[in-house]
Amino acid sequence: MDSATTSQVQLTVNGKPVTLELDTRTSLLDMLREHLGLTGTKKGCNQGACGACTVLVNNRSVNACLTLAAMCQGASVTTIEGISENGRLHPLQEAFIRHDAMQCGYCTPGQIMSGIACIQAGETYSAHAVREFMSGNLCRCGAYQNIVAAVLEVAEQAGGRR
Amino acid sequence: MSRLIGEPLPRVDAPLKVTGRATYAAEHRLPDLAHAVIISAAVGKGRILEIDSRRALGEPGVLAVISHLNTARLPYRPHKGWIDPTVGERLHVLQDDFVRHWGQPVAVVVAETLEQAEHASHLVGIRYEAEAPSFTVPDGESIEPQGGYPANYSRGDADQALATAEHRVDCTYLIPRENHNPIEPHATIAQWDGQRLTVWDKTQFPTNVAEELAAVFGLERANVHLICPFVGGAFGTSLRTWPHTTLAALAARHVGRPVKLVLTRKQMYFGTGYRPETWQRVRLGAHSTGELTALKHEGIAETSRYEHYIEGLLNAPRFMYSCPHVTTSYRLVPQDVHTPTYMRAPGAASGMFALECAMDELAHELRIDPVELRLRNEPKIDESRNVPFSSRSLVQCLRTGAERIRWHRRRAEPGALREGHWLVGLGVASATYHTLRNTASARVRLRPDGTAVIETAAADMGPGTYTSLTQIACDELGLPPEKVQVVIGDSNLPRVPPHGGSQTLSSVGSAVLAACLAARSARQERAHSGAIAGSEIVATETSQPGDATKRYSMHAFGAVFAEVMVDVDLGIVRLAHMVGVYAAGRIVNPRLAHSQAIGGMVGGVGMALLEETHIDRRDGRITNANLAEYLVPTNADIPVFDAVFLDEHDPHVNPLGVKGIGELSYVGVAAAIANAVFNATGKRIRDLPITLEKLL
Amino acid sequence: MRPVSYARATSVAEAIAALRAHPDAAFLAGGTTEIDLLRLDVVRPNALVDINALPLSRIEDLADGGLRIGALARMSDVAEAPAVVERFPMLMQALLLGASAQLRNMATIGGNLLQRVRCSYFRDVASPCNKREPGTGCSALDGINRGHAVLGTSDHCIATHPSDLAVALIALDAVVRTEGPRGARAFPIDEFFLLPRDTPHLEHPTEHGELVVAVDVPAAPIARRSLYAKVRDRESYEFALASVAAAMDVQGGVIRAARVALGGVATKPWRARRAEQILVGAPAQRDTYARAAREELASARPRQLNAFKVELAQRAIVRALETLAETGGPQ
Repeated sequence: MDSATTSQVQLTVNGKPVTLELDTRTSLLDMLREHLGLTGTKKGCNQGACGACTVLVNNRSVNACLTLAAMCQGASVTTIEGISENGRLHPLQEAFIRHDAMQCGYCTPGQIMSGIACIQAGETYSAHAVREFMSGNLCRCGAYQNIVAAVLEVAEQAGGRR
Repeated sequence: MSRLIGEPLPRVDAPLKVTGRATYAAEHRLPDLAHAVIISAAVGKGRILEIDSRRALGEPGVLAVISHLNTARLPYRPHKGWIDPTVGERLHVLQDDFVRHWGQPVAVVVAETLEQAEHASHLVGIRYEAEAPSFTVPDGESIEPQGGYPANYSRGDADQALATAEHRVDCTYLIPRENHNPIEPHATIAQWDGQRLTVWDKTQFPTNVAEELAAVFGLERANVHLICPFVGGAFGTSLRTWPHTTLAALAARHVGRPVKLVLTRKQMYFGTGYRPETWQRVRLGAHSTGELTALKHEGIAETSRYEHYIEGLLNAPRFMYSCPHVTTSYRLVPQDVHTPTYMRAPGAASGMFALECAMDELAHELRIDPVELRLRNEPKIDESRNVPFSSRSLVQCLRTGAERIRWHRRRAEPGALREGHWLVGLGVASATYHTLRNTASARVRLRPDGTAVIETAAADMGPGTYTSLTQIACDELGLPPEKVQVVIGDSNLPRVPPHGGSQTLSSVGSAVLAACLAARSARQERAHSGAIAGSEIVATETSQPGDATKRYSMHAFGAVFAEVMVDVDLGIVRLAHMVGVYAAGRIVNPRLAHSQAIGGMVGGVGMALLEETHIDRRDGRITNANLAEYLVPTNADIPVFDAVFLDEHDPHVNPLGVKGIGELSYVGVAAAIANAVFNATGKRIRDLPITLEKLL
Repeated sequence: MRPVSYARATSVAEAIAALRAHPDAAFLAGGTTEIDLLRLDVVRPNALVDINALPLSRIEDLADGGLRIGALARMSDVAEAPAVVERFPMLMQALLLGASAQLRNMATIGGNLLQRVRCSYFRDVASPCNKREPGTGCSALDGINRGHAVLGTSDHCIATHPSDLAVALIALDAVVRTEGPRGARAFPIDEFFLLPRDTPHLEHPTEHGELVVAVDVPAAPIARRSLYAKVRDRESYEFALASVAAAMDVQGGVIRAARVALGGVATKPWRARRAEQILVGAPAQRDTYARAAREELASARPRQLNAFKVELAQRAIVRALETLAETGGPQ
């Protein structure tokens, strides 16, 4: 491989330091899925039109498909694999189970990452606000109203603590 | 032990899904994996004149550029799986220089990395001799479909009855092509070991993938193994085994390494099937009091030139309402396209749109409430077959739904309800979907440690197969869910029908029931006979439908009510609310059933207001082959829907008493919305999707 | 995607120099356009100069009461900046309605202005496209053109400019500041976007290596009562069929001043100057708005599938102005 078209990337993924020598064309999404075996983040369209690849980079929700891994030098990336602690599910993961906020499950990791961002951003003062914030995550199975219910429930529980 | 059937047990695979540990087709890890990318034809019809792969082959990491020029003739033994069109022959991929449709696979690039394969795919120079493809629905030369659903049906004399009817409506409806667009793209990983082939694929029909690949490659069926534990949505697009699966196996054999091939989102539009474009004309004749006297329903649908795709477009009109004179006729227009396939509620979604809109038009013409019109035409039996329904609760669905949406608010005069700049309208439609059951097998292993494993070649694309089969097994075996493991998605497991047509629970559920019963009997026998405990008890059973379908007409029914708001100046249509009331026999899991119902309703919103595959007829290109321009509903489009299941006991359909629901909830939604738009605006939009320019 | 080299610039001067040295290099900011089009082979740089570390993200007050928004400020940050929310609500709305939450976190102000058209023929290297390959023809003229423009078109290109932000900025007389081989330059935003004419491949007056560093939004008390309205098929996550940025100063029932700009219907962000001329001095009522809208769209040239935009744009203008008159701001 032409060395001019690879770069070394050092970043943190789910709290762990990672150093990789990668083809510069490698997206953050493909870095996670193909190089780190973290297949929880999904590829749906590879064009930023579905949100299945949503992860947190420096605590902000982004589409990993339109981010080059190289652009994440020094960044802290959180994926679906990184939000439970010591085997305990994140409250939003538990709420998703309770509300059956999924069917096929493929958009689910992206929905949860966006849901976490939604709660962090305080965009949970109404169902309407949640729906609008979460509209960057398509669900073809149509689980939307259950997704919204799960996010609202966790937001309410978290209210006052953040 | 309390019974789990009927309980809202949380999805047993939910923990895997919410943690990202559910493994979908492209996510299985194999050592030494190479990556393949399909090159799709850039013309809509013609011949490939030249393929120049020199530049591509010169790129780092590129292992092969495979095309008809350098790949072996594949045996392509005849094979028609359950869901393959009866008439015609599947595409033989990379076997000749013909291009039959825009986007047809014409080459495959294989490389060490995905990036290298993608880049090289842009470097292969392909020259074509292009012809203009033809698109002629509905006026083009049409053919009568053969095999499967009847092309023509008639009782009484509909023409005569129409001519003499007191009132008549004559309406033509157009539904464009639609694409399934599950969020997971189709993907295949193929690995050879001598003459043995293992594939990790995305499928609703595990055994069929193995059979199809065995036929294509001329292998022993026993030497092909398909593994697919999770499916990221399918809606019918993974019933057939498509060319990319063959191409992954071909590429793996060519380079002597396992190969992963994932369709791009764009390739999803022409690499798999779609709901065909349809033209329908419905003529209804009725008395002033609303009783139907005549129903004439014609349908024309697109198909490819190499296969006749047939669906049950005009089944429902024959039995939905009481009517002495009925004629239906169904024809296909072959075009230069790839073959359509089943898409959620195939046939019914399209046919019932037309019928239920026509009923609304008739109601308006007669000045009879649309709910009332349907109640007045409730049949006592299936008049097309002269047999009773195994169960039918449409009347209760209509009444319950009317109450829940507060139908009394609806004004008969369109345009009468307004809130600010929003016109408000209410609409209704009936829903129906056939209750299928087919032969299925399942195996139960009772382990010495007290756990049980259920094995069957079923699939779960979201309805909750894992969970409902767990519930059945738990009840029959007297075990808690933690002690029952359901294993599906493997072609080596006992055969079942495809995970489609809403028949999984009725077919596979019945087989699991039978196998559990057999396992329990075997355990009791062993206990009585004093045989040595400590070894596994295995029972495999095949469950077949009896002849009840000969004596009864089996369908699930429902009623959908939509409340829409239409911007009086801008023509924007938004859903204010939707109520779906369904009677689908026994509900094994109300939580999952509710999710299926709201999911179907959301799909119907897309069909009504947003979805259309745009085809540039100059060359057949699909111009909106992406998720930014092929519009599916977003979260912001969907308020909280109300989905309800009525109690319904049906002893004839299958031992479980279940009817499928995954597709029932999609039927009628588009009509309810179209009817609500008419009620809001006075404008009758007969071609989908109902976009704002049609209302300006 | 073709092989690309990647380097991170640490200063504006370094970034500009890197591009000057390589005619085939491109700046990389948020990446939402660049990576998308690279993957489609529509753009073909062989070097990417990542400018994300440049100190160009600040939002600061200008002496005259206006705002200087750094080109690398993210859409999400600008949308919630108090100065923007209070003084320029149309800007806030254009940003919030302009992309999904994820894309708003990634995309920059500069990148948003420089984004490319969504025309499916432009985005497919196999189809003739004058913008992508001058002289090959325009496939959209007689093709699927429902989303294409009715204003500012030529027989060479009818692609709609997709930015919402730019529409609000043009209503606000923003100025685009650049630094490049010719030093620091400033472009009134209407001059920053070029009409396609017979050179659709030329979209901006900037040259290779010239970097957008900031957007100045002049003080505009009128903008305190402003809105951005976007009409589209679905409720969210979609480009505009038609959009309106509007601000009005009404006193005693008479329009003293007005700003109107259109999106979704033109080949560049469209300042509706004809409409503004008619509005100023006229009574603030529906028939005034309708007349202004009609005049503005009089020069529209529709194609087969987008003719509805001529009517839609007019109605959207009327709706926007009525809403402003009624509520004084975003709904």
